[in-house]
Amino acid sequence: MAILEILTLPDPRLKQVSEPVVTFDAELRAFVADLEETRLAGPAAVGIAAPQVGRFQRILIVDVSGRPKTPNHGHLILVNPEITHWEGFAIGREGCLSVPDYTGNVIRATGIRLKAQDLDGASHEFDMEGFEARAVQHELDHLDGLLFVDRVVSRRTDLYRRKVYKT
Amino acid sequence: MSDWNMLTLVGADRPGIVARVTRALFACGCHLGEASMIRLGGNFTIMLMVRAEQPSAQVLETLHPVVAELGLRMHMDPVTGGLHRHLAPNLQVRVHGADRAGIVADVTEVLAALGFNILELESDVAGDADRPVYIMNIQGYCERTLEEVRAAMAALSDRHVCVDVAPIEILIG
Repeated sequence: MAILEILTLPDPRLKQVSEPVVTFDAELRAFVADLEETRLAGPAAVGIAAPQVGRFQRILIVDVSGRPKTPNHGHLILVNPEITHWEGFAIGREGCLSVPDYTGNVIRATGIRLKAQDLDGASHEFDMEGFEARAVQHELDHLDGLLFVDRVVSRRTDLYRRKVYKT
Repeated sequence: MSDWNMLTLVGADRPGIVARVTRALFACGCHLGEASMIRLGGNFTIMLMVRAEQPSAQVLETLHPVVAELGLRMHMDPVTGGLHRHLAPNLQVRVHGADRAGIVADVTEVLAALGFNILELESDVAGDADRPVYIMNIQGYCERTLEEVRAAMAALSDRHVCVDVAPIEILIG
């Protein structure tokens, strides 16, 4: 186990698009254990993505189960995650281990359907909402070389009077 | 002791003000810190942290012709504080109601009594001239519970002001 170095802005490697995982082996498991240790060593992060520690593979950890009144699927290791459905949108404030000393408002879908593999390569599907859906969208952006600062909206942008109706 | 100054510029808005002013500041060796520019009632307004390598009188002298040409009022004061002093808000207070004098005082007095530290405040008058609507959005930090802040704000509904208090949850990922 080891705490890995977190890449921070303006490191150009954070812009790199990550590759899918094809080998599900002991080395992958050991890396994910280090990634989790790194997440827990930082300031209360609910998620972390492999490229944040310089490994450009499509691997995320998300865990919002420690937050009160937050619907969640527990501690998730998401390999090759893919959002297959989005709905609704809301503004929320985000920060990032890779962007110290800055938070900003970002628009995200309020509900998503997610397909991902686990550490054994088995496929799973999740319906996520709210904070957990936001965390997954934030982390998944890292796999595509995007940071939340690429999506920040003005403090004056306010969606609170607008509602999205399901059809 | 901080080596920052707060530069304030106000005047009629037009395109290109920020570019002209910041180019002049750069040319005289200034570094810029945090800034907030917004159009208020058709006016250009900016507050800008400026750190100069030369005396501020000299900076003002350099800026003067640019600012005069743009028709801006200028003000610069030394300030304490510096960069990396961000405080994260934990509560958002949204206010709207038929415009009348005293809404801001009514709302913020209640907040102040709760020890609420306002970190950001924006307000606007919407609607039209006959039926103006006042809209205000406050973000800040308060150690009291959401329920306590909501209960304190509920008293304002008698004064025809709608107040919504919501938590701000900052996601760190």
